Amino acid sequence: MAAAVSAADCGASVLLVDDNPALGGQIWRGEEANPSVREARRWTERLQHSSVEIVRGFRIFDQLRPGVLVAESADGMREIRYSRLILCTGARERFLPFPGWTLPNVMGAGGLQALAKAGMPIREKRVVVAGTGPLLLPVAVYLKRHGARVQLVAEQASRNSLLRFASVLLRHSGKLAQALGIFGSLAGTPFRFGCWPVEAKGDDRLRSVVFQQGSRTFEIECDYLACGFHLVPNLELASLLGCEVKDGTVAVNELQQSSIAEVYCAGEPTGIGGVDLAIVEGQIAGFAAAGQQQKAQRMFPERARHRDFANALEKAFALRPELKKLARNDTFICRCEDVAFDRLAHCRSWREAKLYTRCGMGPCQGRICGAATKFMFGWGAESVRPPAFEARVESLMGTKESAPEVRV
Amino acid sequence: MPDALAVSLNGKTLTVPIGTTVAAVVFIAGQSSFRRSVSGRPRGPLCGMGVCFECRVTVDGVRHVKSCQTLCKQGMQIDTDE
Amino acid sequence: MSPNFDVVVVGAGIVGTACALECSQAGLKTAIIEEGIVGGGATAAGMGHIVAMDDSDAQFELTRYSQQLWLRMKNALPKDVEFETTGTIWVAADEEEMIEVRRKQAYYSARRVPCEILDARALAEAEPYLRKGLAGGLLVPEDGVLYPPTAARWLWSQARSCGASAIQGRVTALSEAGFSLRDGSSFNPGITVVATGAWAPELDTALEIKKRKGHLAITDRYPGFVRHQLVELGYLKSAHSVTSDSAAFNVQPRATGQVLIGSSRQYGAEDGGIDHQMIRAMLARACEYMPDLKQKAVVRCWTGFRAATPDKLPLIGPSTKKPNVWFATGHEGLGITTSLGTAKLLVDQILGRKPEIPFEPYLPSRYSREHVYA
Repeated sequence: MAAAVSAADCGASVLLVDDNPALGGQIWRGEEANPSVREARRWTERLQHSSVEIVRGFRIFDQLRPGVLVAESADGMREIRYSRLILCTGARERFLPFPGWTLPNVMGAGGLQALAKAGMPIREKRVVVAGTGPLLLPVAVYLKRHGARVQLVAEQASRNSLLRFASVLLRHSGKLAQALGIFGSLAGTPFRFGCWPVEAKGDDRLRSVVFQQGSRTFEIECDYLACGFHLVPNLELASLLGCEVKDGTVAVNELQQSSIAEVYCAGEPTGIGGVDLAIVEGQIAGFAAAGQQQKAQRMFPERARHRDFANALEKAFALRPELKKLARNDTFICRCEDVAFDRLAHCRSWREAKLYTRCGMGPCQGRICGAATKFMFGWGAESVRPPAFEARVESLMGTKESAPEVRV
Repeated sequence: MPDALAVSLNGKTLTVPIGTTVAAVVFIAGQSSFRRSVSGRPRGPLCGMGVCFECRVTVDGVRHVKSCQTLCKQGMQIDTDE
Repeated sequence: MSPNFDVVVVGAGIVGTACALECSQAGLKTAIIEEGIVGGGATAAGMGHIVAMDDSDAQFELTRYSQQLWLRMKNALPKDVEFETTGTIWVAADEEEMIEVRRKQAYYSARRVPCEILDARALAEAEPYLRKGLAGGLLVPEDGVLYPPTAARWLWSQARSCGASAIQGRVTALSEAGFSLRDGSSFNPGITVVATGAWAPELDTALEIKKRKGHLAITDRYPGFVRHQLVELGYLKSAHSVTSDSAAFNVQPRATGQVLIGSSRQYGAEDGGIDHQMIRAMLARACEYMPDLKQKAVVRCWTGFRAATPDKLPLIGPSTKKPNVWFATGHEGLGITTSLGTAKLLVDQILGRKPEIPFEPYLPSRYSREHVYA
């Protein structure tokens, strides 16, 4: 939204394409009509008053040639032409395999929140929130506010690393206030540092979760486990377009321009940094793509400040090595193809795993197990082949007519 | 009720508010398992954002529909455990 | 110093691994050289259709022989090779193609290949998702499908248990005495077998092999949507054409319930990237035959390079120039099928064993003879 509005304000003709019917990304999803935070309201309103044309529910799955993308919705497909493209593809949760993580009712932290926002009933449900990252607490607050009984919030990061992080928070007064607000709302909810799930138990669904903290383990009965291990950027589209990816992020210059001159990138794909950094990067990319470099440059100091925070975030929530060892031999790592740990232990690379075991070859195209095996085995990803998302045969066949459009 | 619509889940009719996703309907009905994995295990949604493909169900006879990304429409037929 | 191998096979695709297995089973001290992953090249890109083909008598001999070798091996194959005797149906769109069905039926029957002519109704029963109005087809029930990368890996694991060694590296040059690797090391085995598919001309520029690019697409799982390997008889027209680009209806049921959609043929394309026009043409052709495919989700598209020779027969046997260099390449689209037959004929020649089928049609020297007469 920030990139689209900024570019449109500079007089560019802008098309905003989102794969979801609702705008706002994963964080502000569903808040379009009734925003809960000031920033969300501000950008939603600016977007409504801008000249930006919006295309909802279309997922870009391929680029036919530079300047021509193809996207699919539930009902059809369309070609999208651009002279400049800004990728704001966001991030997804990282999931790590542990015994029982494939049981129904074990979900992502953001995952459970997204489902609850879409109408899944959580009132009076017993929920445990676990994993790592700054998302856990806001999720717990959301669930509690909507009537769930949050039994425990378990953060794998140690108390010390979070205390160090808190000292960084002090320099970001807005974030500090947010954090204090969160802790206030969570009064009465048990919170543990250095604590992580080692097993989810159940039959046809989750019944309880076993946690480890230090050398001691304990078990909690619950209805839902909301468990995510921070975020990983969505790089598939950038990779498909041929943008250089370095250290797991899209490489960009100070104007948020990727290695492909007409493609810009902003937000989580250039490094996980949260909503404030994403908004600033989006504006810079929007201004730069619309040819207003000076406007973009004026925002550099603000971006630097948020980057500093992002770096602290990454350090604070670094994954502990014990998490690499949670899976047992029969724990499925690839959920699409049901590939268990012991079959992967014989593979030397992601490509071998894909070729010999089908790990990552299912419909999610390795989006879930790819991040897990990268952490567990150090495997790198391969180049992305079209379609970047699975697409219907008829969409891949294309249409004869194609509307001329510009997406800045 | 103009702000509600009727859908059928595994043959049973349910009335849900407009804006409810197909995934939410399955939970509203008290079900946890959405599909069977390739080795026959019960599975339900993981990511809630259309990435993991665990929430796939059959909608109006079309297989492999991501229920978390699909809004309910009047008269929709939803079948789980595909 | 390198150990003294009787045979070193260059390239661990399905042909190379089959050759390595046959050599080591015959008691030859064998090694295989591969830079990447076993079965990770054209083998991984291929469909894995095990098929008897009759473009020429020689092609029939080799494919039928190899198909029978696969059937003999069937029970020993591990589950992840996914070998299934699905049968092939050669689909005839009209009466003109039914003439070809009858010709093919006569040819196969005369050579004791079980086959059965399907009329329009029998075809619709066998494959309910084919469009209505097709004329019929020929069912060849002994054909099958398998998953090539795990097949190559299994052949290789068998070779290892017979004592074969692995060498990691890339061969950059052949010499009178052997070959050298990129890292500078050199080997002088008794025989060097070049099994690098479409890349063989890198080692011998005079080889009559061209890259023929193919595209494939695979869907999500739709069990029961396709039951046999389905190939349009028009395929023969397009596969015969050795110059132009073509796309034909050729779909395969995978053991997973996925549908593998082919196939395309292109000369002169060196870039391994997806050609959108080709994908579109290929999918459009597939949907002409199976309209309901349009709604199926494609998970992946990829490309691969077939090693095509002018007469569409592989090169199996000694080089005419370097006596220690042998070839096992040029299998075009039939390498998965003919890998086992190739390995047998290669080792028959090396050891002077009596072959089960004549090996002469596949000798690399056939091209040098042509040059003499030309």
